[in-house]
Amino acid sequence: MSVVSTFFAALFYISLAIFLVGMARKIYQYWVTPAPLKIPTAPTPLTQTGVVMRLAREVALFESLFKSNKWTWLFGWLFHIGLALVLIRHLRYFWPGDLPEVFLLIQPFKYAAFAMVIGLLGLVGRRIFVERIRYISAPSDYMMLVLLLIIGVSGAVMTFTSNHTDVIMVKAFASGLLTFNWADLPTEVHFLVHILMVFILMAIFPISKLLHVPGVFFSPTRNQVDDARKKRHISPWALKQEQDHEVKLDQTLGQDDNQDNSGSK
Amino acid sequence: MADDFEIPKLPTYLEIPEINEGIMDGDGPFKSNEEFQVPLGFPGEKVDNWQEIAINKMGELKSKYRSVQVFLDACVKCGACTDKCHYFLGSSDPKNMPVARQDLFRSVYRRHFTFAGKYFPKLVGAKELDDDMLDDWYNYFHQCSQCRRCSVFCPYGIDTAEISMAAREVLDTVGVGQKYCNQILGKAITVGNNLGLPEPALRDTLLDLEEEIEEETGVAVKYPLDQKGSEILLITPSADFFAEPHIDGLIGYGKVFHQDGVSWTMSSYASEGANFGMFIGSYDVMRKAALRIRKAALDLEVSRIMVGECGHAWRVAYSFWNTLSGVGAGASDEFGAKLQAQLDSRYPQPQHIIEYTHDLIQRGKLTFDKSENDDRVVTFHDSCNVARATNMGGIPNGQFILPREVLKAVCNNYVDMERSTIMESTFCCGGGGGLLTDDLMEIRIKGAMPRMQALKEVEKSDAVDTLVAICAICKSQFSKVLPKFDFDPYMIVSAHQLVSEAIVMDKPETDDPEVEAETETAETTEATTETETSE
Repeated sequence: MSVVSTFFAALFYISLAIFLVGMARKIYQYWVTPAPLKIPTAPTPLTQTGVVMRLAREVALFESLFKSNKWTWLFGWLFHIGLALVLIRHLRYFWPGDLPEVFLLIQPFKYAAFAMVIGLLGLVGRRIFVERIRYISAPSDYMMLVLLLIIGVSGAVMTFTSNHTDVIMVKAFASGLLTFNWADLPTEVHFLVHILMVFILMAIFPISKLLHVPGVFFSPTRNQVDDARKKRHISPWALKQEQDHEVKLDQTLGQDDNQDNSGSK
Repeated sequence: MADDFEIPKLPTYLEIPEINEGIMDGDGPFKSNEEFQVPLGFPGEKVDNWQEIAINKMGELKSKYRSVQVFLDACVKCGACTDKCHYFLGSSDPKNMPVARQDLFRSVYRRHFTFAGKYFPKLVGAKELDDDMLDDWYNYFHQCSQCRRCSVFCPYGIDTAEISMAAREVLDTVGVGQKYCNQILGKAITVGNNLGLPEPALRDTLLDLEEEIEEETGVAVKYPLDQKGSEILLITPSADFFAEPHIDGLIGYGKVFHQDGVSWTMSSYASEGANFGMFIGSYDVMRKAALRIRKAALDLEVSRIMVGECGHAWRVAYSFWNTLSGVGAGASDEFGAKLQAQLDSRYPQPQHIIEYTHDLIQRGKLTFDKSENDDRVVTFHDSCNVARATNMGGIPNGQFILPREVLKAVCNNYVDMERSTIMESTFCCGGGGGLLTDDLMEIRIKGAMPRMQALKEVEKSDAVDTLVAICAICKSQFSKVLPKFDFDPYMIVSAHQLVSEAIVMDKPETDDPEVEAETETAETTEATTETETSE
């Protein structure tokens, strides 16, 4: 294996490890942190099914964003749907052997790359030209979009211009990473830039605002059933507090609180 | 103090202003002192090692509240919320954009709790919690009414109210509290209501009210206090006991109870529906206030608990009481079960007075003469806490449907304001979340602008002259700000005031001449009563 191939293979494993460990830690953190109070935001679902539907609409259609701002919704949704389709198309590179037939249905969607890039350009434009959004943007917000743009454009260049890369080699390299049959990778600059940026993206996922991906599923205002009157909802720490301090109903606030504080700090 | 600012003009269409940095910079509301801080368990003044304590408190809060942890991480700065806050629309200060307000807190979180913020602070906008930042926290987290409008429009449901509550709790923990909220909480927790009305004063007020109504209507409507064994315990904001337009709502509740023939009572120990513990973000203080209601319910052996017209009271009651004090159903633990065994499970616990009146209307138990309200063209202001954080009637969107159905049952002329300013998208009155104090008048007036603009539209198109709200804070705030925008301050009324005006009361069986005589006395005394109440 060439030096370049070894370097990129190592980089892949490092970024994958950061991604998996980092995401596992964040998801675990979200999982164990209680939501002590019922705080769903209207329009609230009254049943668990309603919550699943709400989250499905939120994730697939960006329902709330649509209510908020049609341009941001359009660009954001185009980018995400484009990215999702493109990602699914990339499965064929990692899949050892022939891809199950169902995935062939996605193949015509290679033009999704344009949706992705157009969406990203729109989002960059809003960030630069809309005063309010410029005000709230940190350098990292621009860099994230630039990173994704480089990934999208370099990918599109390989797909739609004469700068094709050797997909047989790509498949050998990519599936080899998963099956530990390491192979050389093509060394066209477009391709190397493309995967380098993807590896960076994977590595920064758990330490950046990309945490909105798990976050949306853990958001109490979106994932809670509006049934506070029907079911007593109490967090472990609140329950413990209730049990530890026998409820003295005529207690004065100050006295009891001082005890509480000395215990919890 | 706040006279030197411009009252916003009402535009024909609500426009998104250009940002105006620092326009609402300032010292914030009056600060609390030892007298009000210590009883709540907070330090009396800014502590020496406040930075360390504040950062530790942030760490504690994000481990206790998933909302705080997830909301701090998940924001992508898409800008969806930037034009949704009434305080931004009215003031144009960019730090009143929900995301920018959160970022005051988030930038410190990033600096102290995230890899990127520790090693690349400039890159991700991470900042140190220094004196300037703390001042900004105090100022701008008291320009948030925790109305949650931004949360409706956020793709991740990020709720600035949660962040603002967390920030206020950190502020209280380092000894930088707000006088208005903490002073009121002290009264609520020691005397039983936010006004500090002791039992004798309350009893006198209610007796006066009974006399007044009997003189006016000839019907002996009762306002029972501490009556053990009653079916219903009514918990209402203490503003209902004395001030216009609130008290007209209380008159309405009493008439409805009277017509239903149900036994009910209020409690002098728990004579407050409002719970400012929510505003300061303190679970413990909020729970302490809620526990008074639990105790009153157990002592008075009631089987139903009902809540009067108050926005955040209804949020705390509907969404939090079951958690805090066990008022509700479905508890398996001893603490919750003890109270729930006493409560009648055939009724929702707690129940809103609007749900109760609505149910009676549905069952044909109330008769109305709608023409009594024919001199009015009515619109309804959805109060933010009711609209975005609660339900009524157990049906989807019941919190929007039930109040409107009650209003349409008692008056003939009802019009809604522009759809994007009502229901889940309702604009806050501008005075919620612990901002209803004179030292915040500038932000209250500016924040009222979006609601006033929508009201102006229906005034022009439909000659609307009556604004109904089911929230004590909304009512007080509107009374103050309406005249600033060329409206009649008396156009704000309780929903149950309109119920009260239209309800046909069953007269006691008397001879006709006596009733006539009584009605006459009522008319002559009306003038005196009016002057009394307006004082």
